[in-house]
Amino acid sequence: MTFPTGVSPRGAFRVWQRNAAVYRKTYKLNILPNFFEPVIYLAAMGFGVGAYVTRDIEGMSYLRYIAPGLLAASAMNGGTFETTYNVFVKMYFARTYEAVTATPVTIADAMAGEILWGITRGTIYGSAFAAVMTVFGLFGHWTAVLVLPLIVLTAWLFAAMGLLYTSLIRVIDLYSFYYTLWLTPLFLFSGIFFPLSTLPEWARAVAWATPLYHCVNLMKAAAHGSWSASSWLDLLWVLAASLITSIWALRRVERRFSA
Amino acid sequence: MSPDITVSARNLRKRYGDLVAVDGVSFETRAGECFGFLGPNGAGKTSTMRMIGGSSPVGDGQLTVLGLPVAEHPRRVKAQLGVVPQEENLELDLTVRENLTVYGRYFNLPAAVLRERSERLVDFVQLRDKADVNVRFLSGGMKRRLLIAGAFINEPQVVILDEPTTGLDPQARHLVWEKLRQLKGQNRTLLLTTHYMDEAEQLCDRLVVMEKGKILAEGRPRDLIQSHVTRDVVELAGAREVREEIRARYAEKVAGHEMLEERLLLFTDDGEELLHVLTAERLAGIEFYARRATLEDVFLKLTGRSLSE
Repeated sequence: MTFPTGVSPRGAFRVWQRNAAVYRKTYKLNILPNFFEPVIYLAAMGFGVGAYVTRDIEGMSYLRYIAPGLLAASAMNGGTFETTYNVFVKMYFARTYEAVTATPVTIADAMAGEILWGITRGTIYGSAFAAVMTVFGLFGHWTAVLVLPLIVLTAWLFAAMGLLYTSLIRVIDLYSFYYTLWLTPLFLFSGIFFPLSTLPEWARAVAWATPLYHCVNLMKAAAHGSWSASSWLDLLWVLAASLITSIWALRRVERRFSA
Repeated sequence: MSPDITVSARNLRKRYGDLVAVDGVSFETRAGECFGFLGPNGAGKTSTMRMIGGSSPVGDGQLTVLGLPVAEHPRRVKAQLGVVPQEENLELDLTVRENLTVYGRYFNLPAAVLRERSERLVDFVQLRDKADVNVRFLSGGMKRRLLIAGAFINEPQVVILDEPTTGLDPQARHLVWEKLRQLKGQNRTLLLTTHYMDEAEQLCDRLVVMEKGKILAEGRPRDLIQSHVTRDVVELAGAREVREEIRARYAEKVAGHEMLEERLLLFTDDGEELLHVLTAERLAGIEFYARRATLEDVFLKLTGRSLSE
């Protein structure tokens, strides 16, 4: 069975399984930093910076305010890393996809598998972060259970975007542009650390066009129980962007491989 | 089409931009034979293999594997193909056994079948001691043997071997050859590219010599030697003037000759006889000996001696 895009779900699953087999050998070393990262961020930003932010933001402490946004960023980082550096190395140095495509698994299957794996890693990252937030008591509403599917969704969006960027470059050093000129501004200007209402109108319009902003909105809505009509719009934005970017990325890698 | 034809290419072409990599190639391979593709770098061997393996689209012409057009049924063709790649693409962080498991899963082999075949192949390629060692720690020859094991995990009818012994030391090469000879037969077709003539003579039942995307000659190794050169070659080394003089006198008496920088080659069907004649001349300042003609002589005659790169 194949989807209209020509992707065989079974082929994609085989590549996901391959990644899981490799990860299983190294997860003991990998998984611990996933717990450190949120603790460090929450400590520095929440307790450090937060000590000087004496006014409540949107009716809550600074620590509480930033935690859901950091959670979104954590899912973003997990999803991104897999389909950027890791896929690039497999594509050009380890020749992994040459081995894969010598079998009934196609390159499109493999890339779908990589997005799935990016989602998995992003979900592992995000879940570790959410676990730490739970320990710190930073969720304020029962809708916080929605955080889990939102982690998956955020990881999907950024796994797909990372793959799209990977399909555009031939030199590994070009990732520094993706990270410093794309992910870092997203991290700083998507409403994680301060409400975008402090920015001019045009800057808010720009933020609306960028992906992390909507993920942060959704995380906050779920974590604090402030789901509203605009949350549905955020959800639609992220779903549509994830789907379109995934198909676009698959097509591009497919074309590159069919030389 | 005869039922034992395994790969059939008709006027196969492939171009990358302005470069014509494969320029109208036709051949047929049969079940149970090892079919070789010989040629210098850039002759179009690997491009041809990549098209057969379905990893590169057919540029033009017809190409069928086991009766299936590759362009229309890449997944079905690949399910019945084995590929030993030119460049190593193993999972370095996984063990020998895990590599076979991961690779076998791409063919959707049931777990029990996969386990049984992996164990059999681990023994076959003599990696039993290394079964649980990460591939990162294997030698080049061991990695190549593991690649061969992987290529047979789906019990393929057609196996592509793209320069299977390039970069290996002599011991490792001979072990790989031994394994490949054992894998021949059982109605399988081995497709072998190489630029080692001894490898082609050792393994191939039939072969084609390629250059610049075209097939220059096709046949059994022995037949190619007989039809393109002679049975024997006498090589003479010494001062150029002496060699020139010998050439002048013997050119008519032998089947062919070739003057190189350091040597003169005389082609004859009876090297021993020629050797006697030369010995009787008591030539000073020149050394000579007779040897059997090899594919290398055919190859060099057909493709010339200059570097094609």
